[in-house]
Amino acid sequence: MTQVGLRMEGVCHAYGRHPVVADLSLEVGAGEIVCLLGPSGCGKSTVLRIAAGIEPLQQGRVIIGDRVVADERTAISPEGRRAGLVFQDYALFPHLSVLDNVVFGIRAPSPEERYAIARGALGQVGLAAQAQAYPHTLSGGEQQRVALARALAPRPDVMLLDEPFASLDGRLRDLVRDDTLAVLRAAGTPTVLVTHDPDEAMLLADRIAVMCAGRLIQVGTPSVIYHQPATSFVASLLSEINGLQGVIKNGHVNTELGRLATGDGLAEGRVVEVLIRPVAIRLEAPGQGGIEARVRESRMIGPHSRIELEVANLAVPLIARAAPAATPPSGAVVAIALDPHQVFIFANDGLD
Amino acid sequence: MTAIVIGDETARRLWRRGRGSQKRWTTVTVLVAALVAVPVLGVVALALGPSAEIWRHLATTVLPTYALNTLWLMLGVGIGTFVIGVGTAWLVTACAFPGRAIFAWALMVPLAMPAYVIAYVYTDLLDYAGPVQMLLREAVGWRLAGEYWFPEVRSLGGAIVLMSLVLYPYVYLLARAAFHEQSVCVLEVSRTLGCGAWRSFAKVALPLARPAIAAGIALVLLETLNDFGTVDYFAVNTFTRGIFNVWFGMNSVAGAAQIAVALLVVVLVVLALERAARRKRRYHHTSGRQRPLARYELRGARAGLAFAACLAPISLGFLLPGVILAGHAVENYRAALGEAFVTLAANSLFLSAGAAAIAVGLSLVLAYGARLDGRPAVRVAVRVASLGYAVPGAVLAVGVLSPFGWLDNAVDGWMRANLGVSTGLLLSGTVAAILFGYTVRFLAISFGTIEAGLAKIRPSMDDAARSLGLTPAQTLWRVHVPLMRGSALAAAILVFVDAMKELPMTLVLRPFNVQTLATHVYQYAGDEQLERSALAALAIVAVGLLPVIILSGAISPARRDRADRA
Repeated sequence: MTQVGLRMEGVCHAYGRHPVVADLSLEVGAGEIVCLLGPSGCGKSTVLRIAAGIEPLQQGRVIIGDRVVADERTAISPEGRRAGLVFQDYALFPHLSVLDNVVFGIRAPSPEERYAIARGALGQVGLAAQAQAYPHTLSGGEQQRVALARALAPRPDVMLLDEPFASLDGRLRDLVRDDTLAVLRAAGTPTVLVTHDPDEAMLLADRIAVMCAGRLIQVGTPSVIYHQPATSFVASLLSEINGLQGVIKNGHVNTELGRLATGDGLAEGRVVEVLIRPVAIRLEAPGQGGIEARVRESRMIGPHSRIELEVANLAVPLIARAAPAATPPSGAVVAIALDPHQVFIFANDGLD
Repeated sequence: MTAIVIGDETARRLWRRGRGSQKRWTTVTVLVAALVAVPVLGVVALALGPSAEIWRHLATTVLPTYALNTLWLMLGVGIGTFVIGVGTAWLVTACAFPGRAIFAWALMVPLAMPAYVIAYVYTDLLDYAGPVQMLLREAVGWRLAGEYWFPEVRSLGGAIVLMSLVLYPYVYLLARAAFHEQSVCVLEVSRTLGCGAWRSFAKVALPLARPAIAAGIALVLLETLNDFGTVDYFAVNTFTRGIFNVWFGMNSVAGAAQIAVALLVVVLVVLALERAARRKRRYHHTSGRQRPLARYELRGARAGLAFAACLAPISLGFLLPGVILAGHAVENYRAALGEAFVTLAANSLFLSAGAAAIAVGLSLVLAYGARLDGRPAVRVAVRVASLGYAVPGAVLAVGVLSPFGWLDNAVDGWMRANLGVSTGLLLSGTVAAILFGYTVRFLAISFGTIEAGLAKIRPSMDDAARSLGLTPAQTLWRVHVPLMRGSALAAAILVFVDAMKELPMTLVLRPFNVQTLATHVYQYAGDEQLERSALAALAIVAVGLLPVIILSGAISPARRDRADRA
C-alpha cells in the first residue's frame, strides 16, 4: 500500500462558462481525515463529486490509492474507483433492508461472505439489531450510520462524505458525529469530509482545507488554520470576528484600539485590515491604562457570553467573549487589552 | 470492519470489473430515438418524392373535402367534449348531490369504449332496420323511411356525437384534477367575496383550469384525428379515411403520403395551439393543502338535474352500448366462440403484450439515457422519440410500410445479385412490422409514465449505487427498476390496452391472414353483423377498463411512493 489516499492535482472545473473549481491541488494521506471547509456554493461538493467520478474531470488529475483514476487520458467510472460515498440525504435504497443496503456494494465470491462482512459493518456502527429493518423505519441518525456502514463495507480506498451531518440537528448531530469519527478512525480509511460548519471541521479534521470561490485558500491543521489564518477570509470563517482598518507606520499599525505590532514587512503607509477574534479581547478593570469601553449589551450564547462594547471613535461595536461569571453588567465601563496571538493583520485586498 | 477480510487484490479485481460506459447508453438512446423517427421521416420523404401531378390532382379534387370534414369533426368533438367534460367535472367537484362519489369515477368509464365499437352499436340500434325505428314505425303506423324524419346516425353529426361520448373523459379527467387543486386556494375566497356558484365557476375556476382543459381538448383532438374505424364506417371523408381511399382505392402510396403530411400539419397546429393555451400557465397554488371543498348542497329538482347530467354521458357512452353488446354476446356466444375467438384473443394478447414489453423496455432505455446524459442533443432525441403518439395511426402505417418495403427490396436485390437467392419480403407484413408500428405510436405513453417514475428517484441513489461498484446498467436493474415497478406496470397496461384497441395500423401492418379482436370487429360489425363480433368487442371494452382503474388511482391525492418516504 502506498501512503496516498487521494491526490488531486491542478483540478479545474466549470459548469458551462461558469468556473466552479480553479486549479485545486489537495492530498489526503493514509488514515488521514481532511475536511473541505467553505461557504455554500464555493465548489467543495463539486470537488468531492469529481473525486468520486460522478462529475467527469475536465482538467487536472485524480489519484486514488496507487492509481490514476482520472486525467487527460484516463476516466475510470465511479464504479471502478473504490471510493465510498456518504450523502447528505444518505441515499439509502428504500426497497432494500438495512442489511441488503450494506451488502449492495460488497464484492466477495460467496453470499455467505458478503453477508458476514455486511453484518460486521453493521455491528461496527451499532446497528446489528436493525439489520432486517427498512430504511424509512429508522431515525435520521440511524440512517446516517447505515449509510456510513454501506460505504465502508466494501473497504474503499478513500471515503468521501458530503455534508453527512447536515440533515441532523442539535444534540443528535453531536452524538452521530462522535460515533462517525470513531468508526472512521477504526477503519483507518483516508477520508474527505465536506462541510460548511467550522466547528465540525475543527472537531473532526486532521487537516482542514479552506475553499472560497473555487480555490483552496489554505490547508493546515485546525490549530494552524485557527491561529495562523492565511487570509482575512479564513480568519473570519472560523469565528465571528471584529474588523478594523489601520495604516502601517514604522512597522506598526495605528488603529482606534492603539498601536499594534506587525510581524512581516508590510509597506509603509499601506492600509491594512485588522481582524480581532472576540476571545482576544480581555476585559479588565478601568484605570490601569488600555482603551476604555462601555458595555452596551451582553447575551448568553451557549456556554459563553457575547458582549457588545462601545469604544470612542469606533462606529460599530466591538464583540468580545467571556465566561458568564466574568461578564460585566450593561453600562459598565471596562478597559480592554488585546491578546496579540488572536489579532491578524492582512494587506487590504481592495486597495491592491 | 474486519469480520471477514477477502484479499485486497480480489476485492480490487472484482470491483474494477464493472467499468461501465455512459457513452454506450447515450449511443443507444440516440439510436432508439432515430429508429422511432423513421416512419415520420419516411412519410415526409415519400410525399416530397417525384409525384407533383398527384398532389395537384388531389388538391383540386378530394383534399378540400377531407380538410373540411376533418375540421368540422374536430370542431364538433372539441365543443362536445368541452361541454360534457368540463360540466361534469365541475358538478362532481363543486356540488353535492346523490351519487356524486360514484359519478366521480364512473364518468371515466366511457374511456374504455373505442369510438368504432360505439359507432357499430348505435348504428345497429338506430338504423332504419334497428329496433328503435322499428318500434317507432309500429307505434305510429309509418311504413316507409320517406314518411318520417329520423336523424341519420351514419353522418358527420353522428360521428361528432358518438366520438364526444367516448372521448370526453380526457377533458373530464384533467379539468377535474385542475378544479380539485384549486379548491382550497381560491374558490373559497371567491365565495367569501360574494360570488355564487355560477359566477365562481365562470370567473375563477374556469380561467384557472384553462391550461388543463386545453391539454385535455388537445388529447381529444389528437384522438379524433387518429380515428379511422368510425369515420370509415360512417363514410365521413376525413384525412384518415382519405389516406386509405387514396392508398388502396387509387393505389397511390405517394398520394396517401401527401394526405398524411397534410394531416401531420393539422396535428402540429393542434400541438401548437395547446402550447399557446398553456403558455401563461402559472401553477402557483398558494396552499398545498388537500382539504375537500365545502360543496354546494343541491336539493330537489336541481339535484335531479345534476344526477341526470352525470348519468347521461355514462349511460350513452358506456352502459347502453355495453348492455347491447353483452346481449348480443350472450345470444350468440356459441357462434362467437366458434368463430375462433380464442385465436383472435391470443393474437391480440400476443401483439399487445409484445408492444407493451418493447415500449416499456425502450422507455426505460430512453429515460435512463436522458438521466445519465443530460446534454441538449440527448434530450431532443428523447423528445423526438415520444412524438409518435401525436401521429395518427394511418400516417404511421404509411410510414412503417414503405421503409420496410424498401429495406426488403434492397435486401432481396442484393441477395439475388450476389448469392442468387431471393429472400422476398422479410419484414413487411410480419409481426415485426406491426410491433414496430405499435411501439412508435405508443412509446410516448409508456415513456411519460416511466419518466415520471424515474424523476421521483433522487439522483443521489444513482451516485450511491455507482460508487458502490455498479455499472449504469446494473444500477438501472437493481435500483431503479425495483423502485419504479408500479410506474412500469402502469405504463405496460396503458400501452397494452391502446395497442389492443388500435385499428388503422393493425389493418395495414398485420401479417397476412392474422386477425385481431379489433380487426375482427371492424370486419364483421362493419358488415352489419354486429352480433357475430359482439364478444370480441366486449373483450376489447373489458380490457379497456384497466387503465380507467389506473387513472382513478392516479388522481387521488393519497397516493404516496415508497421512494418518497425513505
